[in-house]
Amino acid sequence: MNLVEHLPALQVVLPLLSAPLAVLLRHGGIAFAVVTAGAWAAFATAIGLWLQVGEVGVISYHIGSWAPPWGIEYRVDRLASFVLLLVAGTAAIVLPWSRASIEREIPRELHYLYYAMFGLCLAGLLGITITGDAFNIFVFLEISSLATYVLIALGRDRRALTAAYRYLIMGTIGATFYVIGVGFLYLMTGTLNLVDMAERLRDVESSRPVLVALAFITVGVSLKLALFPLHQWLPNAYTYAPSAVTAFLAATATKVSIYVLIRFWFSVFGETLIFERLPLPEILLLLSLAAMFAASFIAIFQDNLKRLFAYSSVGQIGYITLGMSFDSVSGLTAAIVHLFNHGIAKAAIFLLIGGLVLGLAKPGGAPPAPTFDRLAGLARRMPLTCFGIVIAGLSLIGVPGTAGFISKWYLILAAMEAGQFWLVGAILLSSLLAIAYVWRFVEVAYFRPAPEAAGRQEASLGLLLPAWLLVIATLWFGLDTSFSVGSAAEAARFLVKVGG
Amino acid sequence: MSSGGVLEHFTYIVTVFLMVAGLYVVIARGNLIKKLVGLSVFQTSVYLLYIAPGKLIGGTAPILSPHYTVYSNPLPHVLILTAIVVGVATLALGLALAVRIKETYGSIEEDEITAADNAVQDAEDARS
Repeated sequence: MNLVEHLPALQVVLPLLSAPLAVLLRHGGIAFAVVTAGAWAAFATAIGLWLQVGEVGVISYHIGSWAPPWGIEYRVDRLASFVLLLVAGTAAIVLPWSRASIEREIPRELHYLYYAMFGLCLAGLLGITITGDAFNIFVFLEISSLATYVLIALGRDRRALTAAYRYLIMGTIGATFYVIGVGFLYLMTGTLNLVDMAERLRDVESSRPVLVALAFITVGVSLKLALFPLHQWLPNAYTYAPSAVTAFLAATATKVSIYVLIRFWFSVFGETLIFERLPLPEILLLLSLAAMFAASFIAIFQDNLKRLFAYSSVGQIGYITLGMSFDSVSGLTAAIVHLFNHGIAKAAIFLLIGGLVLGLAKPGGAPPAPTFDRLAGLARRMPLTCFGIVIAGLSLIGVPGTAGFISKWYLILAAMEAGQFWLVGAILLSSLLAIAYVWRFVEVAYFRPAPEAAGRQEASLGLLLPAWLLVIATLWFGLDTSFSVGSAAEAARFLVKVGG
Repeated sequence: MSSGGVLEHFTYIVTVFLMVAGLYVVIARGNLIKKLVGLSVFQTSVYLLYIAPGKLIGGTAPILSPHYTVYSNPLPHVLILTAIVVGVATLALGLALAVRIKETYGSIEEDEITAADNAVQDAEDARS
C-alpha cells in the first residue's frame, strides 16, 4: 500500500477521526493534542497534495475503488489544493492559539467537546473542497455547518445562542436549496459526479429544470457565503462566537462556499450558460458593489471591534464575487487570490482581537466584548497586538506591500481588461471606506488617552506567535506573489479553459 | 408525461406544496419551535422530490433475475437516507438551541428575544 496514493482520502479521514476520538477520551488536554495532531496532519497532507497536483495535474481518487461516475470521486485540481491549503493551514495555526483563549471563554468541562466540534468542522470544510460528487458536497456542508452552529453557540454572551439559532435556520435553508438544485440536476442527467454531470448537461443545458437547478444552487450557496443581501446571519455569528471560532470561520467557512460556487458556475454549468445566455454577471456585479459599499459603510459605525470586522468581511466578499463576475482569467485570478489573501488577513485580525480581549479581562475573569470605549489608549499597553491589527488592516485597505494590494491590483487589471473603467473608481472609492473603519481602531487605540495608567501588558507568546505568523504571511504574500498569484492564475486558466 | 393532468403530477404538486408551506412557516412564524417545524417540513419535501421520480410502478429492486425486467432506481433512496439523518441532526440541534434560549431568555418568541437584546444594547450604550 502506497501512502502517497491515498493522500486525498487521508485529507478528510484524519481530522474526521480526531473528532470522535476527542469525544471518547473526554479530557480537554488529550482532546487538544488529538485534534491538533489531526489538523497538522491535514495541513501536511494538503501540502503533499499541492505538490502532487504540480506534478500530475488533476488527481482523481476513487473511494473504495468504485470507478466514477458510480462511486464517489475525490478530485483535486489546482484550485481545490489551494483552498485545502488555506483551510488546513488556518486550522493548524488557530488550534494551538485557541488553547489559551478557550480556557477563559468556555467552561473547562466542555473543552473536549469544543475540540471535537472543531475537528468535525475542519473535516467538513476539507471534504466540501476535495469531493467531486454533488451530493457528497451536501453531506460535508452539513457536517461542517452543524459543527459551526455548536461552536458559535459556545460563545459566552447569551446572544451567541440566538446568533447560532438564526444561522442554523438560514444555513439549513441554504443547504436545502442546494440539495433541491442537485435533485433537479440528478433528474436531468442521472449522475452526481460533477465532471460527468458537466458533460451530460451540454445536451439539456437550457431546459427549464436545469435553469431552476442553477437558481436554487446559486441562491443556496450564496446564503452560505454571505453574498450581500443574504449576509444577515454573519455579523452576529462572528461577534458572539468564541475568538478562535471567529478567526477560523472568517478565514475558511465563507471561502469554501465561494469555492463551491466557482466550481458549479465554471466547471459544471459552464461559462456559456452563466455568462452569455443569462444576466448572472450583471446581477453578481451589482450585488458585489452593494456589498463593497453598503457593508463597508455599516462597518464604520460599529462600536464593537469584532462586529466592525465582521461587516468588513461581508464587504471583502464583495471583491471576491466582483472578480468572479468578469468571466475572464484575470478576473477569476483576482477572485481566487483575494479569497486567500483576505482569509489570512482576517484570521490574523480576529486572533489578535482575541488576544486583546483576553488582555482586557480581569485576572481569572471572562474576556469582555471589544467595544471602543474599552480600547482607548490600548496601543501603549499591548503594542505588538495593536500593531498587528493595523498591518492586517492595511491589507484590508489594499496598501502596497501587503497581500490586499496584490488582490486589488489584479481586480483593477481585470476591470480595465473588461473595459469597465468606472469600476476602477468604484474599487478605489470603496477602499476609502476601509481606510475609515481601520482608522477608527487606530484613532482609539493610539491617540485616545488610556482611562488608567497601566504598564505594558502584552498578550502571552502563545497568543502572539500564531497571530503574528499570519500577519507576516500577509506581508510576505504582498511582496512575493509567486505562490499565491501563481496558484490562482493556474487555477483560473484551468477553469476558464475547461468551461469554454 | 405529455398527457398532463393533476393526477399525473400528483407527487410534484404535493412536493411543491410542502416545500412552499414549510418555507412560509419558517419565515412567517416568530416562535422558535414553530420555525423548526416549518424547517422540518421544508426539508421533508426534498425527500419526496428525490424519491418520487426514482420509483417506477411495477418496478423492483435492481436484482438480476430472469423474472424481472423493470427496475426502480435505488440510488435516490440511499441519498435520502443520508438526508434524513442530516435533517434529524439539524432538528435536534435546533431544538437544543431553543431549550438553551428558553433557559437564558425565558422566552422562545422571536420578538421578545429581540426586545430583550435591544434593552441590553441600550443599557450598554447609555453606560458608554
